[in-house]
Amino acid sequence: MIEFSNYDILRNLLFATQWTILLSLAAFVGGTTVALALTAMRLTRNAIMRTLVRMYVELFQGTPLLMQMFLCFFGLSMLGYEISAWGAAILSLTFFTSAFLVEIWRGCIDTLPKGQWEASRCLGLSFLQTLRFIILPQAIRVATAPTVGFSVQVIKGTALASVIGFVELTKVGTMLNNATFEPFKVFTLVALIYFMLCYPLSLYSKHLEKKFNVSR
Amino acid sequence: MSLVNLHQVHKYYGDHHVLKGIDLDIKAGEVVSIIGRSGSGKSTLLRCINGLEQYQKGGITLDGKEVTTDDIQVRRLALSVGMIFQNFNLFPHMTVGENVMLAPTIVLKKSKAEAEATARAMLEKVGLAEKFDSFPEKLSGGQQQRVAIARALAMSPKVLLCDEITSALDPELVGEVLKVLEQLAKEGMTLILVTHEMNFARDVGSRVVFMHQGKVWEQGDSKTLLSNPQTDELKQFMGAVL
Amino acid sequence: MLYFSDLLQYSDVFFSGLMTTVELTVLTTFLGVALGTTCATLRQYGNLAGQRIVSVYVELIRNTPFIVQLFFIFFGLPAIGIMLSPWEASMIALTINLGAYSTEIIRAGLASISKGQVEAAKVLGLNFRQTLTRVIFIPAFEKIYPALTSQCIIVMLGSAVISQISVQDLTYAANLVQSRNFRAFESYLVTALLYLGLSILLRFAFNALGKRLFAYRSVQ
Repeated sequence: MIEFSNYDILRNLLFATQWTILLSLAAFVGGTTVALALTAMRLTRNAIMRTLVRMYVELFQGTPLLMQMFLCFFGLSMLGYEISAWGAAILSLTFFTSAFLVEIWRGCIDTLPKGQWEASRCLGLSFLQTLRFIILPQAIRVATAPTVGFSVQVIKGTALASVIGFVELTKVGTMLNNATFEPFKVFTLVALIYFMLCYPLSLYSKHLEKKFNVSR
Repeated sequence: MSLVNLHQVHKYYGDHHVLKGIDLDIKAGEVVSIIGRSGSGKSTLLRCINGLEQYQKGGITLDGKEVTTDDIQVRRLALSVGMIFQNFNLFPHMTVGENVMLAPTIVLKKSKAEAEATARAMLEKVGLAEKFDSFPEKLSGGQQQRVAIARALAMSPKVLLCDEITSALDPELVGEVLKVLEQLAKEGMTLILVTHEMNFARDVGSRVVFMHQGKVWEQGDSKTLLSNPQTDELKQFMGAVL
Repeated sequence: MLYFSDLLQYSDVFFSGLMTTVELTVLTTFLGVALGTTCATLRQYGNLAGQRIVSVYVELIRNTPFIVQLFFIFFGLPAIGIMLSPWEASMIALTINLGAYSTEIIRAGLASISKGQVEAAKVLGLNFRQTLTRVIFIPAFEKIYPALTSQCIIVMLGSAVISQISVQDLTYAANLVQSRNFRAFESYLVTALLYLGLSILLRFAFNALGKRLFAYRSVQ
């Protein structure tokens, strides 16, 4: 058996943290992109589009992220679509992230007075012009804080990728635990690393929220 | 030749029959005040004229063209109809100048210099030339409403719809807004106002339309009608207002 | 091709998994909200030390993944002499997790109650406990009820992870079935839909409870 010093444990964990960060970034970028498209769909006055978005949100907010990962990973490969753990994790985290962001953003857009839409309409702005010049600039100000706040959920969500075998922070934690039999130390360290990733974002989100409320 | 024509317009909100067959004909240069209790359908009527609300039966034409809520149609309407709202609806993230310049640049595709010249001229007209670079939230309610008027004027509309535009203002700020309207009326602008300002309706308006229970109950020359109302409902209403 | 009929013979496996998930959800929802209410009260009205402790607890839980919390409790705590069964570890982890999130939510509700309400109660001679239970809690909960409902559903869905320490919940059942008949897609799809049904049911239950709790709204 190989001996693991504290240094070895920490080094391995920190190395794995890179994958956690990378997966989080990929999921966040994928999630915001899809959420933007969904938000635009939801804002159109087309009832079918809006129903589709509502069903999407209901489906991915109403089922466990872990189950979505299983479906993407084991399920798709059973159906003949080979997908790596990395691919399945990104795919399912993108679904998860976009389903929540589209709801968060809807809340932000709804806080804008209806009169902003009406005034734009009366001035002859098209739907896209209204979005671009009137709604988005205001909504982005409101949405930044909760979006940054949600990125914490994305980082924590990546921990589930360990279950389908993607080697990131949590997975390496369980591997080290099996090798060292020092669960208390290992999982404390794992938790601390997650905390150090997430807490600054939480603080920043709170700071943004305060700043916004003051400037209003 | 009529500028705005409504023919037997009916409007429902679900089961609620809001407009029950409105006939109205407004010529260019008229200043029409629509009065009535809240819930009589006067704001709804105004919002049907520029396509913000859908009506179910009848017809509305503007300058001979039919009004619908179809998006393209509304955009075309915006070129000839300006609207001022009760709560201003200025865009808070833009300066006063940007508020006024926005539609001329992106809808009428005017050059920035041209749009700015128009914006400055319109702000001058409402007496707020010096506020060009201020943000709306720094302005008083009366000033914000005057910016909203300038914003609508910058699109050179043929008719201006005013939806209770002084109702959200502190009493001492009402006058400055009405003065701007009076000036516009003198210049020959067609105005259709939903209002509670009886003095303004009598002194500046050319016609008063009294709405009651979703119908045009009584209408006529403003001075004659307000000094000599025919129906009991209008008499009662005026008793309550004055 | 999909073969859902292959799942039928395992319906009892799914059912017992479903029951475990329901049982844990009901239990931890009550315990978690109770913990959250206590901590939120401490955070809002308690002394400085109490406020600090609650803050640290809330931030630690909110900024680490549930699965790591679960592993820490199940694998880590025995190292310092605290042995827990998978079921116990799951229950504790879920309660602590929901407790932290609901603390934040409920505190926002408490903060939304105007000082005037508290003063009015004081003037009428109510003591602190009476003021809390009779005057503050109901309107405070009403304010944040939708957010609290959503959070309880999120925690219920998050409980899928406890299958990883071999609690025989719904996800465990899905894994078991797909390992026997190799119908992974069908098995997980059915399970996902069962979870969806559970979250709709939970929302429904919360709404029904809300109607009773906030009945004064409909009596006008």
